[in-house]
Amino acid sequence: MAMLSVNNLGISFGGLRAVDSFNITIEKGELYGLIGPNGAGKTTAFNLLTGVYKPDTGRVLLDDVNITGLSTIEINKAGVARTFQNIRLFRNMSVLDNVKIGLHNNYKYSTTSGILRLPTFFKTERQMNESAFDILKVFGLDKEANFLSANLPYGKQRKLEIARALATNPKLLLLDEPAAGMNPAETDELMETITLIRNKYNVTILLIEHDMKLVAGICEKIFVLNFGQQLANGLPSDVLNNPEVIKAYLGE
Amino acid sequence: MNKTGLNSMNKFNKSTINNIITIALIIVVYVICQILISTGVMSNLLQGLLVPICYYSILAVSLNLTVGILGELSLGHAGFMCIGAFTGAFFSKCTATILPNVFLRFTLAIIIGALSAALLGALIGVAVLRLRGDYLAIVTLAFGEIIKNVINVLYIGLDSKGFHFSMKDTVSLNLLDDGQVILKGAQGISGTPQNTSFTIAVLLLIITYLLISNLIHSRSGRAIMAIRDNRIAAESVGIDITKFKLLAFSISAAMAGVAGVLYSHNISSLTATPKNFGYNQSIMILVFVVLGGMGNIRGSIIAAAVLTLLPEYLRFMQDYRMLIYAIVLIVMMIFNWNPTCVTWRKNHPIKGIFSLLSNKTKKEA
Ligand SMILES: Nc1ncnc2c1ncn2[C@@H]1O[C@H](COP(=O)(O)OP(=O)(O)OP(=O)(O)O)[C@@H](O)[C@H]1O
Ligand SMILES: [Mg+2]
Repeated sequence: MAMLSVNNLGISFGGLRAVDSFNITIEKGELYGLIGPNGAGKTTAFNLLTGVYKPDTGRVLLDDVNITGLSTIEINKAGVARTFQNIRLFRNMSVLDNVKIGLHNNYKYSTTSGILRLPTFFKTERQMNESAFDILKVFGLDKEANFLSANLPYGKQRKLEIARALATNPKLLLLDEPAAGMNPAETDELMETITLIRNKYNVTILLIEHDMKLVAGICEKIFVLNFGQQLANGLPSDVLNNPEVIKAYLGE
Repeated sequence: MNKTGLNSMNKFNKSTINNIITIALIIVVYVICQILISTGVMSNLLQGLLVPICYYSILAVSLNLTVGILGELSLGHAGFMCIGAFTGAFFSKCTATILPNVFLRFTLAIIIGALSAALLGALIGVAVLRLRGDYLAIVTLAFGEIIKNVINVLYIGLDSKGFHFSMKDTVSLNLLDDGQVILKGAQGISGTPQNTSFTIAVLLLIITYLLISNLIHSRSGRAIMAIRDNRIAAESVGIDITKFKLLAFSISAAMAGVAGVLYSHNISSLTATPKNFGYNQSIMILVFVVLGGMGNIRGSIIAAAVLTLLPEYLRFMQDYRMLIYAIVLIVMMIFNWNPTCVTWRKNHPIKGIFSLLSNKTKKEA
């Protein structure tokens, strides 16, 4: 049974068909790449999967549960988490608090016990801190836990976004250009981290990336989108040598 | 425990330490005031300002939750104060004979004032929290004015048969001989028992401070700040935006209601005028919040206290009074936010005192 099965998904903005008959099946634990030239509709596809936009056509099944048309919040609760191409951190909050917000629905105590500082408050906060630190350590961010997230260097901000998404304990993790703005050394490290979290947290990953080294290096399957439509889909060796794909990337 | 783990515990304690410092400050000021009063040194003018300082502080702290922590501009805070003032006074006047126990009656009045303001806050929240920025400001401003005007045409009387309502005048209430008019339209409510004392006001200020500060440093408070910082990201990690916006908005309204109850039980005759519950009042509370620092709860208290005392002490300057007031506002603003001043404050030997004043909850993490 597939973890994610997307059927004929599509959306138009005015006359522009940004995503058209998008079909993809992702198995549990797979690391899938979504590539394509600028404006191909990759981010729009993520926005459709996470409920930011409501699709005109098609449906999305997550573990056989229909999540089409649900709100972003409900889709996250169903097990889909994401990062953003233009980083969206909680900028006035600490690195640790950013991750703890990701843990919001996994560790609960009532507002009243928070205000009255009841024992459950202290107990749960301690558990949240421990859990957040575990995640931060994976990303090498534990030393910066008390920094303001806005003060982190760019590469670490991207990592923190992944850490926050992971904290929601998702089945499916969507990463929108995680290596954008990183130098080659940082990208190498990120590749290791992504593989590591896939194995450690048992999460299925779909990632958008322009850095071909990263895509070829860690993705087990690749989907190529061009002008909102599928251009190729399959194993990296096949897809990356596909003349159509090369043409789309290099132009005619 | 490892080193980083300890750091996190330090951070955790920091909010507790901050609470202790603020409450200690409030208590020290309170004790000094009590000593000055009992030795007869404190002027009547200043004595009369002590309770107002407390309720203005409560108003500023609670508005800071909406403006600084939730990040929404509300210009109707005086409206919530108005609701608290009238429902609280109404209750106290109705029950003045049945409930002779002042402590019990006043406690109930405070709870009723808080709950009615919270209820109204939630109702308005449901209607307007989809709006953002300027629109929310305009709607809340209008709401504050509406509340005030509705109360001005409302007549309520009580007799052995129960409550009588009218929007016209006292005669049309058709009260029996044993009845009394409680709310008299534009003349408001008079003869409310004056139960507010400086001690109670300080106690409620401490409670408000603790409530809001503890909320901010809890799971719900984080969710509220996440919405402020980035709504789309907050949704993407499953934060229920509507729920937490409503929560912040109604707690903020509830505490404004408490301030209203303190206000109405501190004066002999309560009326809803543009001066006490109009938009000018809402904007003045907003000025306290902005000058004290967005998200800085302690700053709100200090700003409210200073700016309540200032106009009274500038009275001798007569016509120049508001001019000086404006200049002080500008200077405070620059001192608080100008980058040079911020650096200077950080490096200056007496930074201990200043960093106390400028400790921002928002940035403390
Ligand atoms: N909300 C919107 N309204 C109108 N047009 C949109 C909207 N969102 C995206 N588009 C358009 O849809 C197309 C696909 O955009 P999208 O952001 O999905 O591209 P992308 O593949 O992520 O590109 P990049 O690699 O540059 O991030 C573009 O032409 C874009 O202008
Ligand atoms: Mg994109």
